[in-house]
Amino acid sequence: MIAHDVVIVGSGLAGMRAAVELKRKAPHADIAIVTKVYPTRSHSGAAQGGIAAGLGNVRYDEAMMPVTADENQPGDDWMSHFYDTVKGADFIGDQDAQEIMCREAIPTIYELEHMGVPFSRLPDGRIAQRPFGGHTNPRACYAADRTGHAILHTLYGELIRYNVHVYPEAYMLGVVIEDSICRGVTVLDIRSGEIGLVGAKATMFATGGYGRAFKITSNSFASTGDGITAAYRAGVPLEDMEFVQFHPTGLFSHGILLSEGARGEGGYLLNGNNERFMARYAPGRMELAPRDVVSRSIYAEIEAGRGAGPNGEYVLLDLRHLGKRKLDERLPQITELARDYLGVDPVNEPVPIQPTAHYSMGGIPTDAEGRVITGENQVIAGFFAAGECACVSVHGANRLGTNSLLEATTYGRRTGQTIADFLANDRPDLSAMPSYAQNEAEEEVAELMSRAGRERAADVRNELQATMFTNSGVFRTPDKLTQQLGIIQDLRERFTRISMDDKSRKYNTELIETLELAHLLEFSECIVAGALAREESRGAHARRDFPKRDDDNWMKHTLAYRQTDGRPRLDYKPVRYGPDGPRFKPEERKY
Amino acid sequence: MEFRFRVHRYDPDVDVTPRYQVYAVDAEGDMTVLDCLHRIKWYQDGTLTFRRSCRSAICGSCGMLINGRNRLACNTRVLDLEEPEISISPLPGFPILRDLVVDWDPFFAKDAAMKPYLINDTPPPEKERRQSPAEYNQIDNATLCIQCGCCSSACPVVWNNGEYFGPAALTRAYRFIYDSRDTATKERLAIAGSEEGSWRCHTIFNCTSDCPKGVLNTQNIQTLKRKVMLQNLGFGGTRIVFEFPQPESDADTSSNARNADSAGHRTH
Repeated sequence: MIAHDVVIVGSGLAGMRAAVELKRKAPHADIAIVTKVYPTRSHSGAAQGGIAAGLGNVRYDEAMMPVTADENQPGDDWMSHFYDTVKGADFIGDQDAQEIMCREAIPTIYELEHMGVPFSRLPDGRIAQRPFGGHTNPRACYAADRTGHAILHTLYGELIRYNVHVYPEAYMLGVVIEDSICRGVTVLDIRSGEIGLVGAKATMFATGGYGRAFKITSNSFASTGDGITAAYRAGVPLEDMEFVQFHPTGLFSHGILLSEGARGEGGYLLNGNNERFMARYAPGRMELAPRDVVSRSIYAEIEAGRGAGPNGEYVLLDLRHLGKRKLDERLPQITELARDYLGVDPVNEPVPIQPTAHYSMGGIPTDAEGRVITGENQVIAGFFAAGECACVSVHGANRLGTNSLLEATTYGRRTGQTIADFLANDRPDLSAMPSYAQNEAEEEVAELMSRAGRERAADVRNELQATMFTNSGVFRTPDKLTQQLGIIQDLRERFTRISMDDKSRKYNTELIETLELAHLLEFSECIVAGALAREESRGAHARRDFPKRDDDNWMKHTLAYRQTDGRPRLDYKPVRYGPDGPRFKPEERKY
Repeated sequence: MEFRFRVHRYDPDVDVTPRYQVYAVDAEGDMTVLDCLHRIKWYQDGTLTFRRSCRSAICGSCGMLINGRNRLACNTRVLDLEEPEISISPLPGFPILRDLVVDWDPFFAKDAAMKPYLINDTPPPEKERRQSPAEYNQIDNATLCIQCGCCSSACPVVWNNGEYFGPAALTRAYRFIYDSRDTATKERLAIAGSEEGSWRCHTIFNCTSDCPKGVLNTQNIQTLKRKVMLQNLGFGGTRIVFEFPQPESDADTSSNARNADSAGHRTH
């Protein structure tokens, strides 16, 4: 058995930022990162448009155009960011955590800048900021349209500065929790095929999201909810899984992300009649309404027969009026993506787009310090989570653009601090991992590899992704959700009859894909069951039969517990506020 | 339309030497090479092994040799290759682990040798360190790098000398040396200008022409050479900024990268 004081699973922004904080606050702690990719391959790097913080370097003028703010008169503050986040979340976010995130955003950004993140700049040398959906001030700090990439590579440099031990291409198979104490993880070394135990006093999950449950997604092939499923299997409930964000501007048919920064810089959305249709749905904010609102509006246009293209199945992102110079300076990546994948040059033509599964608001429940909790507030000792895999919940029912990089870094940092305090104050033991954990992991892999049915895993996966997108997508009905629960049962049964071609141990990527598929099949049921039960429309969860938000009955978080038959049992817990109660009371959400 | 993929295969447990296997793939022209490799893996042969993740040209996982060019499989459309026969091999110059999977450890070790983190010996201010847009533009192009390895694998010097840092690592050195916030220029130049550093570059330009992100690797290395020389001549104390030609206002970084195709001299 390998042992460390701290093992962090995942090497995106949350995991790396936590590792850096631990190196700063607990320099003698032995920490290691387990990641199924190499750190710079993590999907945080695909984030484009920005990271929010109320620095106030830029403000809106009277005509709502972004202009440089006077240094002594900041154009923004964290309280305004806090309110926008609460409203964007449709009032179901936990306000204690939202307040922490927005307040700590400012020092977090300055720290990232001090680490060397190459932010785009204002003429006076301050960090540039741009408008974003649902934010009342221009507060997205950015590095052209590759903000995630810029931060990811900077944090990777910090890992080298601090000499953090990384196990690359090591696939976490499961987390071991005994008597509400987390002991560590089981890991498959992809390169050698060996399975081993990594024991730790503290285990942190920073494993990212689960967009790969859907056919059209902006997410990487690696975004398969591994940490979420491992926690669920170990008895941790999953929170608010029904809240899945569909980003309005995915490249048509590919789902590849075209940053919301494109609209932040002034891009238009046009329907097949060349109308800026957002005037119909969010006249106050137009294209800069939050993502849930814009995605529903796109579908409404398409359903009303006003889509663009030969079959009327997409709408258009029009950037032509921004001009080549601005596109080259501010949005070079998405310009190239449109050219490379669709052969469309945004300088001359509007780009076909469609909503794409983008972000999981739900996940592993944590308290406002990053500790994993079960029930309403019972801590699992030594288990922590941050970033997209966690549900703190700062995003509630709908995340605002630029708040994900912010959550990953602020909560990565905060969770690193929490773990440092845990090591110092609780003085946890490094006890031996139970031997059954090794056996179970080996049996799981051996059993999968021995399956000799006639199903191909790809068929099962394709059908799951296609039906999840259709039946559990932007708009939901009880019929389709019920149907989808049946489809998942059927697919699970078919999954028992798959077989794999690749029987080797070394670098068996077919095995990894199959393990990932098992995860998709498992947590998808939580998404659908949660969506079927929640008889209201809130944020990204839109029910056609219950089009209104229902605070009397549904101002509560869903918890999905895994039962012995592998199916979820739903429970609920109240929304969390700070000690003084809700800072912002629910109101009608209009833009 | 049917494409014939001729793919490098090597299973360390079975194969004594690498071999090539041909797969016929029925593909629409706008499919990418990665889409086709998936079609093979998912429906014909699950043992075919390659890396990929983001499929949007930002994670750097799927660099490989495609019809003789180092490219990302994910952003290369088969129709753009203009050939019904497509040959796929692992990145040249890298140790091969299996099929198209190479060993990244030596590559990342060279990156780490560049100290790829900001060094500034003054305490940080309360807010951001100021950096003018002109100063930022000095490093903008270099920060495009996604560590996909296509540059180093295109470099004949790297093929012949595994110790040479290679273009990716040297661009990383450049990115920090030309960052107005970094104060470790002397220390960095000592590394970048060392025996296995910038002087090994023969200005072949393969690294620039094969970079899928338009990073001007060869130009960066020449700038480092001049900087190292001035440092050694005793001009190290003054900040001398070399500017490589910026694209005209009506040209962009991507077309610039493509123009480099015709400017670069191919040697393989």
